[in-house]
Amino acid sequence: MENLIAVLVGVLFATGSYCLMRRSIVKLVIGVVLISQGANLLVFTSGGLLSGRPAFVPADGVMTPGSFGDPLPQAMVLTAIVIGFGLTAFLLALVTRAHEAVGDDDINAFNNTDT
Amino acid sequence: MNEYSLLLPLLLPLVGALALLLGHRSLYWQRVGGVLFASATFALSLYLVYVVDQFDYVVIQLGNWEAPFGITLVADRFSAIMVAVSSFMGAAVAVYALNEIDEARLKKFFFPLYLILIFGVNGAFLTGDLFNLFVWFEIMLIASFVLISMGGEKGELEGGLKYVCLNLLSSVMFLAGAGIIYGKTGTLNMADIAQSLSSSPDANWAISSSMLLLVSFGLKAGIFPFFFWLPASYHTPPSAVSAVFAGLLTKVGVYALFRAYTLMFVPIFPEVQNLILVLAVLTMVTGVFGAASHFDMRRILSFHIVSQIGYMILGLAFMTPLALAAAIFYLVHHIIVKTNLFLVSGVVIRLKGSCDLAKVGGLCKSAPWLAFLFFIPAFSLGGIPPLSGFWAKFALVKAGLEIESWFAVTAALLVGVLTLYSMTKIWGEAFWKKQPEDVDAQPLPNPVGSLRWMVAPIAVLALSTVLIGLFGEPLFSYSERAAAQLLDPQGYISAVLQTEVEVLP
Repeated sequence: MENLIAVLVGVLFATGSYCLMRRSIVKLVIGVVLISQGANLLVFTSGGLLSGRPAFVPADGVMTPGSFGDPLPQAMVLTAIVIGFGLTAFLLALVTRAHEAVGDDDINAFNNTDT
Repeated sequence: MNEYSLLLPLLLPLVGALALLLGHRSLYWQRVGGVLFASATFALSLYLVYVVDQFDYVVIQLGNWEAPFGITLVADRFSAIMVAVSSFMGAAVAVYALNEIDEARLKKFFFPLYLILIFGVNGAFLTGDLFNLFVWFEIMLIASFVLISMGGEKGELEGGLKYVCLNLLSSVMFLAGAGIIYGKTGTLNMADIAQSLSSSPDANWAISSSMLLLVSFGLKAGIFPFFFWLPASYHTPPSAVSAVFAGLLTKVGVYALFRAYTLMFVPIFPEVQNLILVLAVLTMVTGVFGAASHFDMRRILSFHIVSQIGYMILGLAFMTPLALAAAIFYLVHHIIVKTNLFLVSGVVIRLKGSCDLAKVGGLCKSAPWLAFLFFIPAFSLGGIPPLSGFWAKFALVKAGLEIESWFAVTAALLVGVLTLYSMTKIWGEAFWKKQPEDVDAQPLPNPVGSLRWMVAPIAVLALSTVLIGLFGEPLFSYSERAAAQLLDPQGYISAVLQTEVEVLP
């Protein structure tokens, strides 16, 4: 399972990078979103993917041997998803306004402040 | 009791932002409250420096969750001085904003966002937890995103877009790096990560995640080859915003690099030392060449941020006590001087309507006080004795000579000369030459009040540059003590994890 997710993370990073290299600013947003989802999935996987083994101490206090799923990465990923959600909303609004101001969705037209 | 000294500089900007939001109808309260809370934060951060200098470390386990399980806030000498100097800039620029930020921006919550920015910056300096650092970065970034693009003009939106995209990318890298570190060590507490890395037989796996963090922090700090967003965006917002960005935001990246490589990644530092050294030299050189090729005051200054960041990273790459002390001294000097130069550029724009060097001139005659106030930070940046920049560069070059890194020292000295060249270029063009006759330079229409509050912080910052230059000994010995602390990660680890054996007299 981990291997599959690892490949998926790679695919997300690759497609995200590809979208970032394109010239349309909408694809820029899509690229940022894809890459950040890739990173979220990476953190999520780092806690171990185990089904049916939550990190609780049973009522009798006896821990069964074997590994447990780690809940902390899930908490981290939730935080990261929420932050990413807010930032994506802001980025979309900014892209809309910038598109209005520049009048083009080609990245190459965004060179007025360049050096 | 000591815990409050750490909490207050952190909480006060947040309380201030909330108070300003509650009274958002009164623009008078926005202005007064913004300055009030920013100055109070500065006063409290001085107390933090005092306390930390006495007790070495101030540690709080939030919610009483013991480290490494809970989130820890730590202040050592390095983070305390960073909090103090950035709160100083926060207070100075808040005063400056009184006469620069127009009503439209005030109504769009300029001051609450500004206080949130200070809140995020101080939090990033004080946290001892890797994931918490990520969250502080995001708080700081979201405030800065709005501040950079709130005017809604074409340049601001365009510069803002570049700034936002690259910083989001850097956050993603950070998250990925932190995730891998967590997966391998099972902890996010920086002291605990350091401990488990230094006791593990094979720490080389950490090189990959340390590189992810290097890219992420490097993007924020603006080191070569990740700095291109910086000169493309920093010259677009009002000068108060550029000044506080130039002074604080990139330095948070530098701080994070220092923290990572003097604490967490100590065991693998020899593997990456040469890489950091090369990056530092290239950052210095490309930044200064970029500055030399430009003819707009704020663009020149933006490129100089990049080149000066190189000096600080160079101090990290040398990794000797003197080099780290020099880098800390350099950070303090540079934050003050660079903020001040951006503030001066704002006054130039206000007087002449532009800071394109081809269009302005004759300021030496029409505003001699401004010429004087520009002269001090500009030549301090260039490293002219007895201003603060000279001692910073001197100590760094001496540290480089001690470990016989001739190549880096040569680069540092050459870059110093070129820095002086661009500063004399601004001086000669904007201040000395006559106002070009074919250009109609008009002051900005609809200024906000008089110039009084714009000039006062510039004068205070210039005065502190001179004071650091003339009486820099206390600051330098403080930097040396801070560097000694950085080179002894075991002290930090035992302070955070409280494994220290108490020796009773």
